[in-house]
Amino acid sequence: MDHHRSSTLLDEALALDWTQPRVIVIEDCVETNGAFVLHHVLKRSLALHTSSTSAVIFLAFSQPFSHYDRILRKLGCNLVTPKDNKRFVFFNLLTLECPDGDEGKTSGGLPSLYREIQKVIIALHEENRKSITIMIDDISLMEVAANGSTNHVLDFLHYCHTLTLEFGCLLVTVNHGDIYSSMERPALLLQMEYLADILIKAEPLSTGLATDVHGQLTVLNKGICEGQGNSRNRTHNFHFKVKENSVECFYPGTRT
Amino acid sequence: MAESICRNLRDGALEGEHAPALSIKDSIATPFGSDVFNYVLTKLSSNILAGKSQSKGIVLVAFSRSPSFYVDFLKTNGIDLVSAKKWISILDCYTDPLGWKDSLKGPLDTENFSLKDPIEAVLFRHVRNLDLLLSAIIEMGEALARQGKGRFSVSIDSVTEMLRHASLSSVANLLSKVRSHDRISSTFWLLHSDLHEIRAIAALEYLSSMVGSLEPMNLSLNGQRGDLEKLSLLEQNSRKGKFHVRFKRRNGRVRVMCEDFHIKQSGINFTPVSSEEGIINQGLLPKVQFNLQLSEKERIDRAKVVLPFEHQGNGEPMHIYDGRRSLSEGKDEKASVLSENLQTNENSGKGEIIYFRDSDDEMPDSDEDPDDDLDI
Repeated sequence: MDHHRSSTLLDEALALDWTQPRVIVIEDCVETNGAFVLHHVLKRSLALHTSSTSAVIFLAFSQPFSHYDRILRKLGCNLVTPKDNKRFVFFNLLTLECPDGDEGKTSGGLPSLYREIQKVIIALHEENRKSITIMIDDISLMEVAANGSTNHVLDFLHYCHTLTLEFGCLLVTVNHGDIYSSMERPALLLQMEYLADILIKAEPLSTGLATDVHGQLTVLNKGICEGQGNSRNRTHNFHFKVKENSVECFYPGTRT
Repeated sequence: MAESICRNLRDGALEGEHAPALSIKDSIATPFGSDVFNYVLTKLSSNILAGKSQSKGIVLVAFSRSPSFYVDFLKTNGIDLVSAKKWISILDCYTDPLGWKDSLKGPLDTENFSLKDPIEAVLFRHVRNLDLLLSAIIEMGEALARQGKGRFSVSIDSVTEMLRHASLSSVANLLSKVRSHDRISSTFWLLHSDLHEIRAIAALEYLSSMVGSLEPMNLSLNGQRGDLEKLSLLEQNSRKGKFHVRFKRRNGRVRVMCEDFHIKQSGINFTPVSSEEGIINQGLLPKVQFNLQLSEKERIDRAKVVLPFEHQGNGEPMHIYDGRRSLSEGKDEKASVLSENLQTNENSGKGEIIYFRDSDDEMPDSDEDPDDDLDI
């Protein structure tokens, strides 16, 4: 019952569908890890009812494959089989380094990474896999890999955005809000927020720590929600508790 | 007011003067700049189609949206694209701005798309070279406005992206050349104000004759609001906001106007600003169940209420009873007044206290204790 309710609450807020290109931006902070939203979307992407046509491209800057494999297994989703079937394409980029002065070049580092992704997508497209999700975990470490060049990362993300339009992909990114908290104009963070169709922020409770609430999610869905009244933008806010095998989401004050 | 912007862009440049330039700026709190940009684009397109405008065509420099987006957008907004190749062309800086896709020969080359598309889109792969960009813009525009000295308009959908790829001085140089080119009728561009330094915004605003800025309806006054309040602010600001426009006249006069806008499924709607009181109520005061301020009618009604001990100033001489009759008043008068009073009292049923002083020896209302002489 709990599991059922929790998944519907998050799903309702996200209103995921692969019929139109979307950009999902997840922002979390040190106190509140938002990675569970990424895992949730990953699970949903692989477990689509038209699962034979779906595929996920995962750019991992922060964790190795075994990490995601363990977590997703707990959530009841196997990653090894789709990986063997090329439905789950995993890029291990933990040690990616872009040489100095990379900007302006069209080869090496991020440009060639982009080309690899494009090749994979074209190949997937020819296999008639239409619901493709590109996931990046996470942007701040990509910035580190790019020698701190925000512009270079933004160029890469722009190219990923063109892919979402061309192939109708979903682009999911994770970033950490508090890394930029002292900056007056956090270009990377703001630019991602402009780009986002769905912005998800994971924050700690403003009232302090609690044992049975791990944090709150604010979801701003800029896309059009059809059949949900006349409002175009929708905001959702709810609390969550990360459990061993699932995440429980509930509205503030509804939990006894 | 959004109307007058569109009129300004439609009327174009006077001989020997700069083309009117509009810069639209927004921020993350109200990220609807592109909606305004698209609104202006649609209006200008329909003016060009109706032959009302000075310019004969539009060159759209697309940085943040793909050409296919604009094709769909113009179609759904009732712009006839049958003869579109004659009046609009898109310089596509979106699809491959840096030439990363250059070496790839996939089945998805953009040339395939451009054949199907009703609008001609030219792929541009060197966004860092603004001289090349300018000459491409001019070339495309001149191809559109072929006959004689026809003029054309230039619209850039993200100066923010341009500033990311090139320095401020070179971007300003390009915009300045665009607005002073003798074949260009008008120009407008969009930027996200919070991504740039203040000097960059100022430099771009100097180059424009009109600045339209989008601001949130309710600015959060401080960061210490409650979660619920923050959420309701977010919800409110996700649909509407204020649109400030600054017109700079030729003689140096500056006019600032303000309008509300609402984002709807069908697009953006502009409405005149709601009354001053509405703004105060919405803007500063928290929502409560009772009124904190009076309406105009209530204020008038309150002014009419007669307070019990207030002097009404209706012309009659004022008498403040000091405990004794003044000497000018005779005894007869006193008696007649008394009897009259008694009668009227009976008639009107009003209560009244009548007090006769025993003698003039008695001090009026003395503070002395009357029982002072008694030994109690």
